[in-house]
Amino acid sequence: MTVRDVAVEAYKEALPALAASLVGGLIAGVVLSGMRAELRAVPGLLVLVPALLATRGNVYGSLGARIATGLHQGLVEPHVTSGDERLRAAATAALANGVLTSTFAAVVAFFLLTLLGSAVAPLPVLVGIAIIAGLLSGIVLTVVVVTVVFAGYRRGRNPDTIVGPVVTTTGDVFGILFLLVAVRTVLALAGVF
Amino acid sequence: MPTEWTVRDITRAMLPVLLVLTLVELGSGLVLGSFEAQLLQYPSLLVLVPVTIGTAGNLGSVLAARLSTSFHLGTLSFSPADDELTGNAIATLALAITVFPVIGAGAWLATLVVSSDPALTFWTVVVVALSSGISLAVLAVLVTFTATYVAYRFGLDPDDVVIPVVTNVCDVLGVVVLFVVAQLLV
Repeated sequence: MTVRDVAVEAYKEALPALAASLVGGLIAGVVLSGMRAELRAVPGLLVLVPALLATRGNVYGSLGARIATGLHQGLVEPHVTSGDERLRAAATAALANGVLTSTFAAVVAFFLLTLLGSAVAPLPVLVGIAIIAGLLSGIVLTVVVVTVVFAGYRRGRNPDTIVGPVVTTTGDVFGILFLLVAVRTVLALAGVF
Repeated sequence: MPTEWTVRDITRAMLPVLLVLTLVELGSGLVLGSFEAQLLQYPSLLVLVPVTIGTAGNLGSVLAARLSTSFHLGTLSFSPADDELTGNAIATLALAITVFPVIGAGAWLATLVVSSDPALTFWTVVVVALSSGISLAVLAVLVTFTATYVAYRFGLDPDDVVIPVVTNVCDVLGVVVLFVVAQLLV
């Protein structure tokens, strides 16, 4: 293949996925920009945003890739109702790792900002937000990833090529949306106590 | 040896990588925090944050996946004259030039619809997005080529190592580039 052939093929192959994640990214951006009051109320929250979004992508991208490989190898049946033990283990591991990593991000961010002398919300507030956001977005993303990969596979699509765009698009949107829900919940609880 | 499908084995394989990547991402969080006042003042810049990070990561991961496949098929050679390398680099740049003006226009329009005051002109936001995009495409190509070459030299499977490393490094570069461009142009 000539340079031109390679470039044209790579361009055509990548454009639809980039366009899909562009829409997801813009929606996430609009929600983030609508969160300005919350970002002001919880100093340090913005510092957490890239880590939390990346965790969604890394954890659920890996879950999707694992399920895709499992389908190719015949280790996993493409039906949710079968109560597959492997599938349950993979989903539980993803959820646990997602929540653990989000909590770790909140704790490290708190200590980093304290060390740098920057304004930062109390540790329980940041950790509470990270746990609630990690749990809620994790449940929704697990359902979305499993459903979409199975549906795609049953229709004869290669699950490997579905996982990436699905996770980057829904990961950003649900990641930010549940971050907003988590911040409001924690702020409401903090107001009560 | 593939990982067994148990919570323990999956966690053992995944958690250390996740924790290291989180530290890297917190670095980009600190950069974001350093221009928080500017982002809160100009909502259209804040809208650009997730989509710029995401697109930068995608450009890198698509390129990494393609190079990784060529590498497994044995059609990749690490020479500046290699057609696969040059073609993929050109495609990455072309994708950035296609997508980033749309991102800028979309961010400006979305801000106009939601808050009725984008605080920046349409062209400022489009130029910020496009300049960030072109810089990111060049950086994504350099990072991906380097990471794939290092994996090759150390005999690592690029599927396991290169894709997560490239995606997260490009995430961080997305924030850094947006910060630099915003300081220069806004």
